[in-house]
Amino acid sequence: MSIDTQLFEGKLIRLAPIDHEKDPEVESRWTHDLTLSRALSRKPAMPQSVVQIKKKYEAIEKEVEEAKNIFHFTIRSKEDGRLLGYIRIEGIEWNHGTGSLKLAIGDPAERGKGFGSEALQCMLQFAFNELNLHRMSAVVGEDTPGALRFFVKHGFVEEVRRRKALLRDGQVWDSIHLGILQREWLDLSKERVDHE
Amino acid sequence: MNNNLLRGELVRLTAENPEVMAANFTRWNQDTGWLRFLDTQPPLMPSEKKWKEWLEKDMERASLDNFFFAIRTTESDTLIGFIGLFDLFMQHGDTLVAIALGERQYWGKGYGTDAMRIMLRYAFSELNLRRAGLIVFDYNPRAIRSYEKAGFVHEGRIREVIHRDGKRYDFLYMGILREEWLANGNMTS
Repeated sequence: MSIDTQLFEGKLIRLAPIDHEKDPEVESRWTHDLTLSRALSRKPAMPQSVVQIKKKYEAIEKEVEEAKNIFHFTIRSKEDGRLLGYIRIEGIEWNHGTGSLKLAIGDPAERGKGFGSEALQCMLQFAFNELNLHRMSAVVGEDTPGALRFFVKHGFVEEVRRRKALLRDGQVWDSIHLGILQREWLDLSKERVDHE
Repeated sequence: MNNNLLRGELVRLTAENPEVMAANFTRWNQDTGWLRFLDTQPPLMPSEKKWKEWLEKDMERASLDNFFFAIRTTESDTLIGFIGLFDLFMQHGDTLVAIALGERQYWGKGYGTDAMRIMLRYAFSELNLRRAGLIVFDYNPRAIRSYEKAGFVHEGRIREVIHRDGKRYDFLYMGILREEWLANGNMTS
């Protein structure tokens, strides 16, 4: 790989900064479908107003600047620049080389088109080739089997099942922790290149 | 009815003034061996003044997400460590537990296991939680044995997540379900 390379570009998407003018309205609309925030967090899901989203963006940028253990990027279509979602690495512990991934494609109609896969691969490349992290974690609920399949497809290994840790819609579900090591991702990307 | 929810066979769980815990935390946190069993963060060596400020601020938080206790021996009333719940999600009935004995001469003698049993009884019979979990580092077999004795079951391992002395170590996740805790005959004891 050339040193003069675009880490944040896939074929369909690119990772880009927050747009404080345009993004809040789009993301506020997404939050009114609670499916997404339920998939991303165990906290009670609530819709968010435009003003709340604006405040959240400011908080994110402040955290990025001050805590230095989080990277947050928006996912945009290369075609027309529209906001598709966001991806972040959080909770980085630099002394151990570890961090956690969160990924969201906001509009259900935009899912299943490969945007999330490209965003994830860009972010893993960033995590392992630029940040030199040793491993990345992700947590999914048993109630979102699509998210579990997604991470497994990309080489994440199921590591922990916190039994019955979620109670939703009157049912209990496991909380599943996944992980991928730097060397595992490097081996997989070598295979990908060999196939191309 | 158990009127002594916070008392076990060897220890009891107590609430302490900030200056008492601050003095102990300051002393315990200079024991890096102990700290490496407890935390992944590098030691910060906070001052006693800083500890007191944190603990005083902690008291202002809503009591419903702040379940923290000191551990005292019943025999001599010596303060030997702490135990508490964190990442508590009432709506899911799930919590994580953290425990540490700062006083090394009380390790390996059942004091921690006893404190954990009290904590679980509190979690299941006062808070009515559905499960409790914990994270323990794979280089801490003494703690793992204690948690197994208290009824925790292994739920998996986060691989190579700790980097110390040039080696990689795992997190072990353990958990106990309310029904498992009940099956161990705990509610009647």
